[in-house]
Amino acid sequence: MRERQLRARDMLRGDLEGEELERYVEEKVVLTNFEKMLGWARANSMFPLTFGLACCAIEAPISLVTARYDIARFGAEALRASPRQADMIILSGRVSIKMAPVVRRLYDQMLEPKWAISMGACSSSGGMFSNYAVVQGADKFMPIDLHIPGCPPRPEAVLYGFTKLQRKIQGNPDQGWRQRYDAAGTEEWARGGPRSEPSPEAAEAYETARGLIRA
Amino acid sequence: MPDAPGLELIRGEIEQDHPGAVLDTSFDRGQAALLADPAQILAVLGWLREAPGQGYDFLSSLHVADYLPAEPRFGVHYELLNRDQVERLRVKAMLADPGDGALPEIDSCVELFPTAEFQEREAYDFFGIAFRGHPDLTRILMPDDYVGWPQRRDFPVGGEPVTFTYNERNYG
Repeated sequence: MRERQLRARDMLRGDLEGEELERYVEEKVVLTNFEKMLGWARANSMFPLTFGLACCAIEAPISLVTARYDIARFGAEALRASPRQADMIILSGRVSIKMAPVVRRLYDQMLEPKWAISMGACSSSGGMFSNYAVVQGADKFMPIDLHIPGCPPRPEAVLYGFTKLQRKIQGNPDQGWRQRYDAAGTEEWARGGPRSEPSPEAAEAYETARGLIRA
Repeated sequence: MPDAPGLELIRGEIEQDHPGAVLDTSFDRGQAALLADPAQILAVLGWLREAPGQGYDFLSSLHVADYLPAEPRFGVHYELLNRDQVERLRVKAMLADPGDGALPEIDSCVELFPTAEFQEREAYDFFGIAFRGHPDLTRILMPDDYVGWPQRRDFPVGGEPVTFTYNERNYG
């Protein structure tokens, strides 16, 4: 410690020269570009929205701020009560068709850059609520950056997902097992494919419903 | 809960004041129920509430069931409670589907039991029962622009089938 202070004093006096000065600079200065620095800052100072939809809310926003899981370790402990101050929204639970416009409005009110995590089976796909009242997947009405599977996911899973999101924010999205097993491009899609045409069954059910109402 | 003879007694007394208002009684698994004529439902409920010695002055629940293959298909259930003697009585009115998209109608009992206001709105929301004389008969849980009566048994369940490539390959 003392030695470092002495060297810093020497440098300030201008006593360090040549190779010694270069080594000093190499030790003290980190070079990066602005985007990386910005991504690093953003990823490590997230403001999540104080927002819960259903039972997953117990596991995510509520448990994560407690001492046991402590999302402050990842720099996201400042939950914001207003979407205008928040960077990230966690959809924790099923989104009913009456709630969907409200969620979309909250998301629209958040300032760029913003991220959305769809947590649990229900908000990702409708889950067990395959019925008339629940939106079958929140990405039907808003963009989602990350899906966390589970019913509900444990808080550890949410934290793991959150660290993945941090890597994505820093411009280095994880491919996970698809990368490890060289399986990129083997994603499975429901019938209709990624461009989200309704499946024939869904289209038929919809037509039947409309027919019954008209009849 | 009135026992079976007590239920018949109630029926007889209503019959004297409102002939034809009670169509049938049932006493099943210790639960007493009156099957009322939908046109005189207010007379029956009002009598049970006001008549001396009755005092069923608390509507603990109002709900509807769809007994689809049966005719008439809609059952409107009023669960009444006598809070002095802690006796419960169910009044049931069966409504036929008028067809052609028209809604089955029954008199609203909000005047008698103010608590029925939200419960009748819920029944309207899910089963499309029109309560005549309700102060504000609008949807209560589903969005206002929702089309259809989702708890009817002929309403499609909705949702989407989840199809994975495995199923498509083997069963598609």
